[in-house]
Amino acid sequence: MTVHDTQMQALPRVAPLARPLGMLAELTHRCPLGCPYCSNPLELDSRQGELDTATWVRVFEEAGALGVLQVHLSGGEPAARRDLLDITAAARGAGLYTNLITSGVGIDLRRLKALADAGLDHVQISIQDSVPASADKIAGYEGAFARKSALAADVKALGLPLTVNAVIHRANIDRIGDLVTMALAMGASRVEIAHVQYYGWALRNRAALMPRRDQVERAVSVVEELRRRHRGAIVIDSVVPDYHARFPKPCVGGWGQRSLNVTPTGKVLPCHAAETIPGLEFWSVRDHSLTDIWTSSPAFTAFRGTDYLPDPCKSCERREIDFGGCRCQAFALTGDARATDPVCHLSPHHAEVRALAEAEEDADYIYRRQRAGG
Amino acid sequence: MMADEPAYAPLDPDVRPRLPRGARLAHNEAQGGWVLLAPERVFKADVIAVEIIKRCDGKATLCEIVDDLAEAYSAPRERILADVTALLRGLAEKRLLEL
Ligand code: SF4
Ligand code: SF4
Repeated sequence: MTVHDTQMQALPRVAPLARPLGMLAELTHRCPLGCPYCSNPLELDSRQGELDTATWVRVFEEAGALGVLQVHLSGGEPAARRDLLDITAAARGAGLYTNLITSGVGIDLRRLKALADAGLDHVQISIQDSVPASADKIAGYEGAFARKSALAADVKALGLPLTVNAVIHRANIDRIGDLVTMALAMGASRVEIAHVQYYGWALRNRAALMPRRDQVERAVSVVEELRRRHRGAIVIDSVVPDYHARFPKPCVGGWGQRSLNVTPTGKVLPCHAAETIPGLEFWSVRDHSLTDIWTSSPAFTAFRGTDYLPDPCKSCERREIDFGGCRCQAFALTGDARATDPVCHLSPHHAEVRALAEAEEDADYIYRRQRAGG
Repeated sequence: MMADEPAYAPLDPDVRPRLPRGARLAHNEAQGGWVLLAPERVFKADVIAVEIIKRCDGKATLCEIVDDLAEAYSAPRERILADVTALLRGLAEKRLLEL
């Protein structure tokens, strides 16, 4: 497959191009934790290649002008950057709603206070489990749970809104209720129950992470019940476990429609896993403005719209709802990024996904690690 | 915005509604106007919603907000009160407003 053909078809657009609402700024791939489900690529960017402060400042200004409303400062662990304070101030200064997505390791009260004073709008802390020992085991970091809890308390003490993000997989799926109770006790106004998406390190650990079908079914009804019970007290957002679903998720609101992702070295991706699709050409903020990249970079135009979708999507009424699902997943599971996402029960490859969803084994985690010298 | 919300129980006229930390109105030229921003949420705010939300500063009471809007738009007070109540209740349920 060459993506260059698809651009030509995508070019004559009639409708005006949508503008992105959100930007994921992956400030660094460095992270003290080693979560086996990390969606970062296996080949992690090294510190030497990271964008400098001034470039991030420019990127935030360009993002605001392009229409981006919210920026998520992420990683890796964003606190691994010493200039996090300047970066945060610049994002807020560019008019962006600024959300810090952190593992909770590496930020103390003093640093957090400085970030809050610089205009940080919101903090999201990832928590691996409600049982400390299990949480630390999943993160591959002794004492991680205690540090995360301490940061959560600091966030609330400063009056900042808090989201708890819990990535769900076989080891913690039976404790979703406890995780929500924990988030409430921490004072979170929002909790994300995010079933693992299988890219990057998660794909490598798929068999060790994959929950059983009965667990997934129970989890779905548990979340519905929790939502009813805690209505008005906490917002429960849930990312569906899609290997077990009938329809695919609408990938990032449509390829190149709603969001963009800047990697530590400055490459701009339509979604965080886009680099897993071979042959896509990504442009860098070092060479192009964000607006140029959004409108014309080959990676963004490659799968914009729905015209390229084959059957069964071509004639399906859900085409404008789910855009044929996730391109990265279509590639990972069928070898063709333009195929119908095989999570869809109408895909000719759906039976293979079902088989993968049943394939779990008690393998040890392969922890996310940066290569030596990275 | 919030057009599909059901009718809501009346609010105490003395409450002083305000946006919580973490929710704020912002203007973005490229997006064509006002938006209400919150964690992982973006709401396009129409003119009326903006006028209501702008007045929710934690100082003005509901009663004052409604009076002010009724005068500014020379509209019947009951209708304004109903609109404001529906919007505020809807926002509060989404934790975008403190009542
Ligand atoms: S998922 Fe875990 S390992 Fe990956 S960046 Fe987040 S905290 Fe670090
Ligand atoms: S056939 Fe395509 S458009 Fe229809 S539901 Fe499946 S993935 Fe979505």
